[in-house]
Formats: sequence, structure tokens, C-alpha cells
Amino acid sequence: MTVKEIYKTMAYGPAPESAQIANEFLDAHNRTFQLFINGQWKKPNSKSHFESINPSTKEKLGMIAEANSKDVDDAVGAAKKALPGWSKMSGHKRARFLYAIARQVQKHSRLFSVLESMDNGKPIRETRDIDIPLVARHFYHHAGWAQLRDTELPDHKEIGVIGQIIPWNFPLLMLAWKIAPAIAMGNTVVLKPAESTSLTALLFAEICEQVGLPKGVVNIITGAGETGAALVNHKDVQKIAFTGSTNVGKIIRRATAGTGKKLSLELGGKSPFIVFEDADLDSVVEGVVDAIWFNQGQVCCAGSRLLVQESVAEKLYKKIRDRMETLRVGNALDKCIDIGAIIDSTQLKNIKGLVQKGVDEGCTIWQPSWACPKDGYFYPPTLFTDVSPSSTIAQVEIFGPVLSAMTFRTHKEAVKLANNTRYGLASSVWTENINLALDIAPQIKAGVVWINCTNVFDAAAGFGGYRESGYGREGGKEGLYEYLKPKAEQNLSSKPIARSTKKTKSSSNGAMTGNGIDRTTKMYIGGKQARPDGGYSTVIKDLEGNYVGEVSTGNRKDIRNAVEAAHKCTNWGSKTGHQRAQVLYYLAENLAIRQEEFSNRIVQMTNCSNAAANEEVESAIERIYTYAAYADKYDGAVHHTIHRNVTLAMPEAIGVIAIACPEQYSLLGFISTVIPAIAMGNKVIVVPSETAPFSATDFYQILETSDVPAGVVNIVTGGKDELAQVLAKHDDVEAIWYFGSKEGSKDIELLSADNMKRTWVNFGKYRDWSDKSLGEGQEFLKHATHIKNIWVPYGA
Amino acid sequence: MAKTKSRKKVSPSSNGVHSSIKRNDGIPFNTELFDGINVNKSAVERRAGSLGKRRSVKKQWQAAWLLKAIGFIDLTTLAGDDTKGNVYRLCAKAKSPVRQDILEALGMADVKIQTGAVCVYHNFIKHAADALGDSNIPIAAVSTGFPSGNIPLKERLKQIELSVAAGAKEIDIVISRDLVLNSEWKKLYDEVAACRRACGEAHMKTILATGEIPTYTKVAKASWVSMMAGSDFIKTSTGKEPVNATIPVSLVMLRTIREYQELTGYKVGFKPAGGIRNAKQALNWMILIKEELGDEWLNPDLFRFGASSLLGDIERQLEHYVTGRYSASFRHPLA
Repeated sequence: MTVKEIYKTMAYGPAPESAQIANEFLDAHNRTFQLFINGQWKKPNSKSHFESINPSTKEKLGMIAEANSKDVDDAVGAAKKALPGWSKMSGHKRARFLYAIARQVQKHSRLFSVLESMDNGKPIRETRDIDIPLVARHFYHHAGWAQLRDTELPDHKEIGVIGQIIPWNFPLLMLAWKIAPAIAMGNTVVLKPAESTSLTALLFAEICEQVGLPKGVVNIITGAGETGAALVNHKDVQKIAFTGSTNVGKIIRRATAGTGKKLSLELGGKSPFIVFEDADLDSVVEGVVDAIWFNQGQVCCAGSRLLVQESVAEKLYKKIRDRMETLRVGNALDKCIDIGAIIDSTQLKNIKGLVQKGVDEGCTIWQPSWACPKDGYFYPPTLFTDVSPSSTIAQVEIFGPVLSAMTFRTHKEAVKLANNTRYGLASSVWTENINLALDIAPQIKAGVVWINCTNVFDAAAGFGGYRESGYGREGGKEGLYEYLKPKAEQNLSSKPIARSTKKTKSSSNGAMTGNGIDRTTKMYIGGKQARPDGGYSTVIKDLEGNYVGEVSTGNRKDIRNAVEAAHKCTNWGSKTGHQRAQVLYYLAENLAIRQEEFSNRIVQMTNCSNAAANEEVESAIERIYTYAAYADKYDGAVHHTIHRNVTLAMPEAIGVIAIACPEQYSLLGFISTVIPAIAMGNKVIVVPSETAPFSATDFYQILETSDVPAGVVNIVTGGKDELAQVLAKHDDVEAIWYFGSKEGSKDIELLSADNMKRTWVNFGKYRDWSDKSLGEGQEFLKHATHIKNIWVPYGA
Repeated sequence: MAKTKSRKKVSPSSNGVHSSIKRNDGIPFNTELFDGINVNKSAVERRAGSLGKRRSVKKQWQAAWLLKAIGFIDLTTLAGDDTKGNVYRLCAKAKSPVRQDILEALGMADVKIQTGAVCVYHNFIKHAADALGDSNIPIAAVSTGFPSGNIPLKERLKQIELSVAAGAKEIDIVISRDLVLNSEWKKLYDEVAACRRACGEAHMKTILATGEIPTYTKVAKASWVSMMAGSDFIKTSTGKEPVNATIPVSLVMLRTIREYQELTGYKVGFKPAGGIRNAKQALNWMILIKEELGDEWLNPDLFRFGASSLLGDIERQLEHYVTGRYSASFRHPLA
């Protein structure tokens, strides 16, 4: 086109970023890449390589090594070998390496950006202005955490060898999110990038070489699902960190069940983008662009469900449609586009299929008048209106530039629609009323709430989900715990805790003995004593076979009733910490009044000495005090994130937690698990010690007299593993703690995968509940809460 | 599959005076139209910050856009030491802003390239008129107690009348900032409407002096009131405030222009002024206009820059495009 023609039309032209340096990098490797294991480049044992494609052009960029299980074994071996040196190194020395990596990323930032855009198809604007700067920021931030680990987290230590599997949508950024905290905390890693986007990870490996990172601390193995499976299943990997689809997350959960591997999962989402009528609608439109047309909508936290207040819906839709008309789709290296290419043909097909489904189901589609280029995997921005919550496109993660819009009438309905999803990763709330914004934010079941902004990230703030969006946080102090374990855990025992016992006269031979009136032990559901649905009772004997009493035999229907009762209770989580503390102190007070009775019960059931039993009740009272104290003190943080933004990291109650109590310490085990959970505002369904249940059932009388609202604590007695498994399979239970056998632990982790509930199991290990370092503290509160980050930008 | 919508093809008109646009006659004062406005500062700044990074014009596109930019310039001198001499020089430059050899190299020798207007104080209107002759470049005069506006309304109106009588085709007025600060919107409406009446056939550019308005929300409301009162253009700054035209404040004003047009059908022009010194900035503003209002607004009837040194940088960039060598300012005739 001539200058004169352009002068008339005032059109945009191509503005390509040069690919020269990136191509030189690829050529320098003969466009064939190997595995980075133990600081060296190794040819894969599989002897096979696969292609990496530029989605903007469908051209081949290079050949990537396919690691097989032998390669994975080598990489894990290298990481294991490097672990002692790296974890013993001073935090300061580790900090220097992380700092050097950050600097090196910055020095080569344009090469990283260009390579990432070519490999992934995302616009150069995004890699240059968002992805790569965030990568450097992540290493800087965690260099600081390496420096501070021993001062700030003295009770924790590294986990060991970490296996990390990352997706293709933010290849280098996800690498940074995984590697930076892991190595900062003293772990060594084996990371597998997604098979379609390995190149920047390999360039990153070169940077590790350049800064002299000790061999084996970071290993990069490339490959597809099988390689990932080999890593997940490797016996020497102590933790798996995964970002990707919810389906694969579930597979990993099942594969690692019972192995003792820690797990953090950052999975899919169908995040709500809520617009109230008083929002700045023109800014909302740009928010929508950032929400769903950022990275072609291939973002796990994409605001893909637009929920608009009815009064402004048509006005907003018009503005969005006008804006869509001016969006530009094209080659990722063009500096004059908004939307690049979809990652590959499979994904493009998925998107097209789901869009067709939306059309078939009667939703109204709108796409701009212009056409996408034909040479790559492109898809136009798409808006669906007349969508209902039952539409497929309102429920399923499309992972493409497709927005599904719905309307709401009231604030309450907005929250209801927002939470009407299996996912819970992120959300965005638009209103100029701070009262409304801060009212809505805590009600949304999602790990991130962006007020009047969206898709904003920073290394100092945690990111991660609720529900089937996974668990664990990345970023911020909360993210560090994914790569740490409490030092006290080394004192967990593989044998039962020895307690002083005394001989009882075994006169009864198991026969029922009573002194006075027969006591009927019931269950406790919704604040009422409840008979078991099945109508059965189980005889409980002491260690020497003497009859102690009979306990209700709970079944799955009792569990169902207990979960329903827990959900009905709505006035516990909303209480202030101070108010919950009052109730807890009252519990301690009432327990103290009946100290002797509880002590006798322990002796009766467990044959322990009077002194030991007395001590147990004393400890239980003290423990209640501990959590009453914490109830208004375990609070969050205001993170140092971006300019003019208050980022609130709030610990929130998980909701309904199932607890299978330890067998030993019938009272203290019950108190030590139930009280921290309810102190944080959760409601619990407790299965007490199967062999010594009466401490728990006696306790409901104390609950009844201590102003604990109905439904906060629900006690179902009976077969522990059987009941725990019903709870693990229950979709309306959000977390489960299990203190039982090794096999039982495995079952719980396995069964919890379906709704991705958080689990905390003991893998058959025994905890000395009388030891404060193991029996109480913030570790319990961490398991009882998740951190929600609420981003509140300000400026008048 | 997709339901598509055809978009009106609008090609920007070539340089001409008040040709194609139906003039904004204003509408009755109505607070309901702007009471609910609440501009989110952070969100506006985010959009403003990414806009220049989402678009880029290079090579011949850049050359064409820069030539177009020249037609948007209100080539301005508003200094205490202005004389007949420098106003003559300015007008000569307005008529022939780019060296002929450069235009030839660009294949644009047969296209008339001149600035959008020249902008002077009242006392120099006559000299400008003499210097511009029959070039049809309009003279814009700053008026109404520029730059503070703090003189009696009666005198402000008189100034407008005198300037129009002296031959100004465009009048740049300043609004009373105290009325904005105290939210006296009706009074502001009445003042601006009176100015508009005093302008008669001359087009009125209303300067909000956004650097002295504390919030974007008030900038938006002042924009609404100014448009309701019949402004042909709304303009950011006098160039004399501590903060001049910025992209975020322009974005806020452009969004009100768009809404006003949707409501009334009137297209109101926009003029950022102050601090626009180089070609890159000019391109960013043009991108902003194209993105927010569309190609129709890339037209001197609806978009102007208030600038004095911008043209020099554009000339150097154009020469660079032609020769591949970085240019020096002494190679281009002074304004």
C-alpha cells in the first residue's frame, strides 16, 4: 500500500516484531533440543523427538526430546543427589542464585518474549509487557524468600524432590511460579513443560547454566502425558505441583493417593465477571477484554461468565459488541494485534465444538464482521447472550475467546449465579460502591477476587482455587507452604503412642454391667441428639474386653443428615472471631466443670492411668483455650503487590469439613481436630475414635450447654473408615481430615478426587497429641482455612 | 454461523473547514444525563496504559499517519513576546508544513498538506489573516480571559465577539474552574451556552483545563455540560496548567463524546493540548481516537492537536522515513 492510499483510509498495517534473534537461537541448536538433566544436555533414552509448532503460522519451530521413564528416573536421581547440598546451603546463597536468574531473565527478556510468542501464539505485547516481566518479578520476590526462610519460617523445612508439570498457556510464567518458590525453599525440582510449548523452558535451562546453578537443582524434561505420568509416579518424588486441566488433576490425585506425596493443583475455572449497575461501564468493557480476550481466552482464571445486572445489560452488551469490532486478531509477533493464535488444531476444534453447542442450545452468538487470518489457528472473539445457567457454555470451561453472558436481578442472585459452578478459581466484581464490593467479595467461592480489575498478578499475592479448581496457592507467603513441611512432622511415629496404663479387674467378661440407670448414647446432628438411621448399636469394650457401653452405629444416611445439618447452619462463619472465641471459652469452662467425669471415661475406655487421663482432660481444656485465643488472631495480610492496590489476603473458613478422629486420645484427639476447625468458622462432621467414642458423645452435652449453634459440630459414631469414605465421596463436603490407617488414608485421597476436596491424612502415622508441637498450632489452622486474595485498586 | 454486522465505511475527509459535520447545537440542561457518572481511575489508567502497546504503525503506515497528523495541528503561538513577525512565520509554516522534496518522495506532492489551523491571541488575528491570505486555513483565537478565565462573563463574551469580528473562525474558550470544583453545573452550562451564542458562526472549542480538575468523574461531568451547552470541540488544556493533556484524561473525555453522540447524534470534536511534542505521542493520540471513536473522528473537523513544536518532530520523522537517515531540526524550515 502506498502512503497516499493509507493517508486516505487511515488503516493499520502490519507491525512485526523481528524473529531474527529467536531464529538464531533455534538455529544454534540445529532446531533440535535435548533434556536438561543434572546440569547437562542429554539425548533422550527414547531416541525420539517431537515437533514444536508456531500456531500463528503452523510452521515447525524445532524438535523436542521425548523423555521416557528412564530419563525421568535420571532426572529425579539428579535432583535427589543435588538435594542435600542445595537444602543445606545458606538462604543467602540460594538468594544469590535466584537473584542471578531474575537478572538474566531481564537481560534476555526480548528473546524470551519473542520465543514465547512464536511457540505459544500469544501476542508479543503480552509476553513482552506481562509474562516475562512477571517471570523476573517472581524470581526477585522469591530470592527474598530464600534469604528470609530461616528467619521467617524457622519451624519449617524443605520437602525434597519436587515434580512439576505445567501447561502451555503461560509456559515460562508457570515455570517461574513453580521453580522459584520450590528452589527458594531449598527443594530441588524436575519440571516438565507442556509438550506444545517447551522452548522457553529450555532457554531457561541455559540461564540456569549461565548463572552456575548447582547441577541437578533444576532439571527440565520434555515430553507429553506419559512423561508426566512417569514423573508423578516416581517413588523418589516427594511432591507434585501441577497446573492444568481438572481432569488431569483428578488423575494425578488418584495416582498419588496414599503415597504420602504432597500435592498442589491449580486447575480449571469458569470464573464469574460480575457487573453491577453502578459500575463504570466503559471500564467494564476493557475489563472484559482483559478477562476473556487476554491470551485468546486460554486462561484458567479467564472471566468467562459475564453476569450483568439486568438494568444495564443491554447497554453493556452493545458496548462490548462495538469494542469487539475493533479488536484485531493476527500473528503473535504483530505489535498491532489484540488476540493471537489458539495453541493448536485440537484446541481450536474444541472451541468450535463448544461454540456450536451454544448455538444449538439456543444462545445468541455475536462475532465481529471482520474475518480472522487463515494461515494459523485463529478464532474470533465471541459473545454469547441469552445464556442460562443450564447452557453447556455456562458450565464448561471453553478455554478460548468465548464469553457467556447472563443477567441477574439482585445482589443475592449475583452471588448465587457466581457460585453456581464446580470451579472456584477467580472472580471479578465491578461496582463503584466499595460497600457492595467488599460485601460480595467474601461471598464468592473463589481464591481470587478482583475488584474493578481482572487478570492482575503479582509474585507477592497468592493465586489458587476453591472446589474443583484445585488446592494450594502460588505466590505470596501463603504459596511458600506448598514447598515446606513442618519440622515437627519428623516426630510422627509409625507405632501407637505409649501411654501409662493400669490393670482393671476383668470381672465382667464382656457382659453388660451397670451401676444405676442405663445410658443411651446417641449421635449428635444439627444440635439434636439423634438415633441412628439403621437402628443398630455397637458394644464398646475396653482394652481387656470389659464392657464399657453401647454406641450408635451410624450409616451413610446419618452422614447425609449430618452434612445437611452442617450446611443449614449459617450463623457460625458470619460470627466475629471474638464471638467464636467466647463460645470456645465457654466450652472449656463447661468441660472443666466435668473434668473428673471425662477423665474417668478415658480410663474406662482406654485403661490408661488416672494421671494420664487427668492430664489428657487438662490438655483438652488448654487446647480449647489455644484456639479460642487464635479465633480472633489468625488473620491475613495486606500484600505488597502493584501500584495503588490494596491486596487483602484473607484466611477464610473452608466451609464443611469432615473429620475422622484418631483412635488414641479419645478426648484430646477429638478436641485437637474439631476445635481448630470450628474456631476458624467451619462446620464439622466428626467421626470419633471408633474404639473409644464416648469422650466425643459425652461432649455433645457440653456443646448443648455452651451456646454452640446447631449444626456447627455434628457427631456420627460407627465404623470410622466406612463413614469416612462416605464423607470423602460426598460432593457437599469441602475438606476431609483423616487420622487412621495407611490404607484408610489412601482410600480417602482416592475418593476425594471426584470433587477435589482438600484432604489431610496421616498415612497411618501416629501423632502424640499431648505434644504441643504436634497436637496444636497454626498447621491446624492452615488446614482449616484457605487464603482468598482480594485485589482492591484505588484512586480518586 | 456467526451473525455479523456491517460497519459503516467512513473515510476521513481531507483538510477543509467545517464541511461535513452537522454542528452540535447543544441540548437542554439535564443533570440526569451525567449524575450517575462514576469514572474508575485505575481502570481508565490501565486501558490508557495498554492502548499504545496494543497498536503500532510502522513504515509507510507511519508516514501516512504522520502526514495526516499535520492536518490535525492547531499550530499555536501563545506567548507574551509574540509579534507580527513570528506570527507571519508561523502562518507560512502552516501553509507549507513539509518540505516539497519530502512530499515528492512520499508520493504526496499532489495532496494539499497544511495544518488544521493557526492559533493565536486576539491581537494577532489580523496579522494571521494577512499572512494566511486565501489559504483557507482557519484562524483560531484563544478567548475569554485565557488562560485562567477569571474575568467577568460580560467581558468574556465581548472578547469572543471582537475576535469573531476580527476574522477568527474558531474560538478556544476556557471554562470557570470554580464552577466545576463546586459542582455548579447549571451555571457552567449557562456560561458556556452564552459563549456559544457569542461565537455565532465561529466554531467553539471549550477548554476544560483538566489539570485543574481533581477527578476524572468531574472531567466527565464538565465534558457533558460543555457539550450540552453547544461546544463544537472539547479541549483538555490551555497548555498553561501544571498538568497538560494526558492519555487517561483524553480517554475519559472521548468516552463522553461517544455517549453524547449516541444520545443526540451530534459529533463533538476533541482537542488535546499542551505537552504534545513528538511524533510518537501524536500517533498514540491518533490511535486513541481511532480505537475509541472510529475513523470518522480522524478528521480535522473533529480532531485537533494544540501544539507548537510537534510539527518539527514530525518533519524529522518523515525525512527519516524517506532517507533512512536520522534527521536534524535545522534541516526543516522554522515555524
